Amino acid sequence: MSNGAMTSSGVIDGFVRGRWFLPTALICGLIFLYGPIATLVVYSFNESKLVTVWSGFSVKWYGELAHNEQILDAAWLSLRVAVASATGALVVGTLAGYVLSRFTSFRGRTLFAGMVSAPLVMPEIITGISMLLMFVGLEQAIGWPAGRGVLTIVIAHITFCMSFVAVIVQSRLSGMDVSVEEAAMDLGARPVQVFFLITLPLMTPALVAGWLLAFSLSLDDLVITAFVSGPGSTTLPLVIFSKVRLGLSPEINALATVIITVVSIGVFTAALYQYRKGKSLG
Amino acid sequence: MNGLREGGRLASGHSVGGRPKSGLWAALRARLPRRGLVISAPYLWLGLFFLVPFLLVLKISFADSDTTIPPYTPLFSFDDDSSALQITLHLDNFLRLVSDDPIYLLSYLSSLRNAAVTTVCCLLIGYPMAYAIARARQHLRPVLLMMIVLPFWTSFLIRIYAWIGILKDNGLFNNFLIWLGVIDQPITILNTQTAVYIGMVYAYLPFMVLPLYATLEKLDVSLLEAAMDLGARPLRAFWAVTLPLSLPGIVAGSLLVFIPAVGEFIIPTLLGGADTLTISTQLWSEFFANRDWPMASAVTVVMVALLVVPLMLLQRAQGRAEAQR
Repeated sequence: MSNGAMTSSGVIDGFVRGRWFLPTALICGLIFLYGPIATLVVYSFNESKLVTVWSGFSVKWYGELAHNEQILDAAWLSLRVAVASATGALVVGTLAGYVLSRFTSFRGRTLFAGMVSAPLVMPEIITGISMLLMFVGLEQAIGWPAGRGVLTIVIAHITFCMSFVAVIVQSRLSGMDVSVEEAAMDLGARPVQVFFLITLPLMTPALVAGWLLAFSLSLDDLVITAFVSGPGSTTLPLVIFSKVRLGLSPEINALATVIITVVSIGVFTAALYQYRKGKSLG
Repeated sequence: MNGLREGGRLASGHSVGGRPKSGLWAALRARLPRRGLVISAPYLWLGLFFLVPFLLVLKISFADSDTTIPPYTPLFSFDDDSSALQITLHLDNFLRLVSDDPIYLLSYLSSLRNAAVTTVCCLLIGYPMAYAIARARQHLRPVLLMMIVLPFWTSFLIRIYAWIGILKDNGLFNNFLIWLGVIDQPITILNTQTAVYIGMVYAYLPFMVLPLYATLEKLDVSLLEAAMDLGARPLRAFWAVTLPLSLPGIVAGSLLVFIPAVGEFIIPTLLGGADTLTISTQLWSEFFANRDWPMASAVTVVMVALLVVPLMLLQRAQGRAEAQR
C-alpha cells in the first residue's frame, strides 16, 4: 500500500484484496445464510426418526411425505392460492407501479405512495389483524364475504403482494427510456396502444420477477393467512407451523427440501430468462 | 391547470411539437378519464383493503369487549329518546396497557430491545459483507448479490425451523462443540433469548446487506484515494470517508430491519422460550386465546404508533434515494 507507483484502482484493490478480513467476513456470512438450509437438506435423507442423529442414508421420509394427505391437500391449496394471488397482485401491482412512475403528481399521491410501500415493511401481524377485522365488518354490513376461506386469503395476499410487484415495476419503468413511448405517440398510437404494444413488452422481465416474487410470498405467508383463513382453508405454512410447534419431524425436512429444490429451479430459470432477455436487448 | 402537467410525461414532449392546441386538448380530454381509471383501480384496492382496515382497528380499539361475536361493542349507537348519535369511546383498553398489568409494557420494551439488538448485529455482520461485494470484481457482484437474495426466496418458516435442529440441546451446534472439546455438557440455546437473536439476525440480514451494497457500490472511489494520498491509513480512511458516505445505506438498512423486527411473530414463537415476551406473541394470544378483540386492537394501535417515526424516516430515506437517482 506504500507503493506510490500503484494505479488508482490498484490502490483500492490492494486495500481490499490484500486483506483477509472482507472476503472472510463475506464467506462466513454466506455460510451463516446457507448452513441451516444445507442441514435441512442433508438431514431429510436421514434414516433415523430422530432429526438430529444421523443413522444412514434413506429416502423413506419422501415416501411418507407422498402419502401424507394433510400435507398434500394443504400444498395443493397453497399452490392454487399462490397462483391466484400472484396473478391478481400482478394486475393491481403493475397498475400501481405504472401510476407511481408515470403520473408524477395527482391529488392524494403521497397517500397512495405511502399505502403502496407500507405493506413492504409493516409487521405482518398488524396487516393480518386489520384484514380480519375488515372482513368481519364487511360481512356484518353487507353479508360479503360469507365466512373466511380461500377468497379472503387471496384478497389479503393480493394486497400485500401487490406492493412488491409495484416496487419492481416502478423501478423498471423509471429506468426505462420514455423516448420509445414518445416515438409511438408521435406516430399516432393511442395511449392504450402504447401501453400494450410498447410499455408492457418492455416491462416483461419486471412482470416475470414480480409474479414470481408474489407467488413465493403468497406460498410462504403464515401470519396474515392465519388471521384470514377459515376452518376449511388450511394452507401449507399453517400445517407446517402446527407440526413444527409439536416438535421436529423428518417429514418436514423432506418437505423443506422439496420446497427449496422447487424454489431454486424457479429462481434459476428466472435468472437465466432475465439474463437472456438482457442480452437480446443488448 | 394542474391537469395539463398531470397529463403525464408523455404529453409534455408533444405540446411544443407544432400540434394544434385544440388537438392537444382533445387528446388530453380523451385521456383524462382513462388516466383516472388507471389511478383509481389500485387506489381503491389499497384504500379498501389496507387503509380502511387500519381505521377499523383504530375504531375497535376504542370499543368495549363483548362476549358476542364479533366480540366488541359498537362504537356508534343511535339513542332513540333524543334521536342523537352516541359515540362511546372506551379508553379502558389503553389504560389497561399502561396500568395494572405490566405484561404489555414489558412486551413492548422487549420487542423494541429485540429489534434494536437485531439491527445492530445485522449492521455489524452485514456491513463487511456488503463492502466485500461492492469491492468484488465487477462480474462477481451480481452472483454474490444473488446469493444474498436467494435465501429470501425460500420459505421463511422453514429457514427458522432449520435452526431448531441446530440449536437444540442434542442438536448440531452442541454436538459440534462437544466434538471440538470446547464443552462437555450441552448448553441450552433453543428457547432462550439468544436463540431469538440468532434467528432474527439470520432472517433479516439480507434486508441490511442490500441497501448497504447499493450505497457502497456508488461510492466515489477517488475520495478514498484522496484520503490515502493525504496520508490516511486504510482504517482511518474508512472511518473518515467510507463510513460517513455510506450513512444513507446504514439508515435505510437499519430501518428495513428494525421495523419488521419489532412485529416479528414466527421467530420468538418457534425459537423463544417462556421468558421471551414480544408484543406480537402477546397480540396473538390476546386475539386467538382470549378473544379480546378490542384489547388486541389497542395493542396494535400502540404498535403502529411506535412505528410511525421509523416508517416516516424510511419514507424520507427512500425519497432521498429516489431523488439521487
